[in-house]
Amino acid sequence: MTGAPLVLIDHDRGVVGDDTRQALAFARACFPDLPIAAVVIGREQTEPIAGADTTFHIRHTALVDYAPEAWGDALHELAVAQSPGAIVATGTERGNEVLAHVAAIADQPFASNVIEAVAGASGTPWQIRRLRWGGSLLEDATLDATLPIMSCALHVFPNEISGGPPNADTPVVEFVPTLGPDAGRTRIVDRVRVAEGITLTTAPVVVSGGRGVGSEEGFAAIEALAELLGAAVGCSRVVTNQGWRPHADQVGQTGKRVAPDLYIACGISGAIQHWVGMQAAKNVLAINTDPDAPMVTKADYAVIGDLHEIVPAIVAEIRRRRT
Amino acid sequence: MSGLRILVCVKRVPAPGAQITLTPDARAVDARNLAFTTSPHEECAVEAALQLVEAHGGDITVLTVGPPEAEEQLRFSVSVGVQHAVLLTNDELAAGGDLDPQATARTITRGVRTLETEAARPFDVLLFGNESADSGGFQVGVRVARMLGLPIVNGIKGIAIADGVLTARREGDAGFEVYRMPLPAAVGVKEGINLPRYPTLPGRLRSKKAEVRSWPFVTEPGGLTMVRFATPTVELTETVVLGAGAGAAGAVVDLLVELGIA
Repeated sequence: MTGAPLVLIDHDRGVVGDDTRQALAFARACFPDLPIAAVVIGREQTEPIAGADTTFHIRHTALVDYAPEAWGDALHELAVAQSPGAIVATGTERGNEVLAHVAAIADQPFASNVIEAVAGASGTPWQIRRLRWGGSLLEDATLDATLPIMSCALHVFPNEISGGPPNADTPVVEFVPTLGPDAGRTRIVDRVRVAEGITLTTAPVVVSGGRGVGSEEGFAAIEALAELLGAAVGCSRVVTNQGWRPHADQVGQTGKRVAPDLYIACGISGAIQHWVGMQAAKNVLAINTDPDAPMVTKADYAVIGDLHEIVPAIVAEIRRRRT
Repeated sequence: MSGLRILVCVKRVPAPGAQITLTPDARAVDARNLAFTTSPHEECAVEAALQLVEAHGGDITVLTVGPPEAEEQLRFSVSVGVQHAVLLTNDELAAGGDLDPQATARTITRGVRTLETEAARPFDVLLFGNESADSGGFQVGVRVARMLGLPIVNGIKGIAIADGVLTARREGDAGFEVYRMPLPAAVGVKEGINLPRYPTLPGRLRSKKAEVRSWPFVTEPGGLTMVRFATPTVELTETVVLGAGAGAAGAVVDLLVELGIA
């Protein structure tokens, strides 16, 4: 008997990220005929998760704050009790980490960054398609597992799923795991705040600079534009390798994945490793001297020319219109 | 022996930015005309190990599971200061085969146990890359740590060791999360933790002569099997050119207003 697929809800101290809901849509796509169970680990109590038919709430003293090993142990214990059709999460840092732990404990395969998955007929492997190279290559694979474990690639499935029960009517089921003595040894023991306000991954607008910016000082105009727009500043890998910006600002395969309403790419050629970090942006405006740069040809809008002239001109024009 | 005994696991991957083409049967990346490197997160893991040994003394072993050509990445690690290199390869890997994450983790775990038994001393720190640049499985380090009973945290951009405790920093949305683990411990390192150093000339000479150890092993496949690769279809975008040079500023601000941004 296949139980409802379990969807790990990635939250930070109770704040549920929008990205994590994409796994609910992924689970619905994989199991159109089964109820979906969301899993919230930690916290004193939880509201039902919108879009899920049931919400499991896993409580334990070792689960007060994020603890990768303990979250993995706890989710595995719930899976043993429930025999779910699959365990899924969105491929966030925590989603992939916790599923890797569950897979390691269960000695089951784990397919990360899946974009399509079709269950095999009774006992045969799943057919899946997943992203490699941050999305520049697709891999068709089979997943042969007694407990299929998959993360869906970020920004492939929608944050909100249509249909499903109104969340006021869905039950929250408490589950208290046993957990071993080692479960609490990797956990957040402290937090250091370095940024206030707008962050790169949540900003509605990102103004990003690449090699064309030319220097650390060259980012002053980009920062001025970002401030006027309430935007976050991003950059490409070459910029952090040159030491012009901290790595925390890097967008791309080895940096952050962003999905703003508008991504303004200044002097960024648009190599695939950068593109995969911002391809989920709703609109892309490229500012580049080279009309044939991949960023320009793939962008929705472009201005051709030197960003050192264009960005200050945009800043001046916004200021002029606001006075 | 005093100091830290550190193991770094690395993977040979095509250089980031390379144009990836597939073999005619689409079951492998065409390696002709491709430059290879150490996966970026792991290059930073090697640098993190070097910095730990500079601070605390000790020695570093770099290990890879891959084709015979991965010797190149091991020698590069030696050229920047790593002492020992281990290459785990076999006929299947030499023929371009790819181990799935379970199989890779089992192979590494057995390698770690062999090295620890030989030295009659466990590693104090195991460093992995957060995920490989090519297959991006996000799991080999976690699987190895679990099999060895070690604590592990992924996504780490800062490591410090004091009094037998490893303090690791992970980037969150607005700052850093701090984790503390007793040694021995494992860490999944992310690019940005440091800027990897370049080899010195003496380092290069040393790496040419360094012994790269190897021993045979049998592949036990896991449950994730690659069938074929495909190239994603690129959505063709009609780019609206708003203008050229500073004169386009008005059109840009019109667009920002239209999008509800300015």
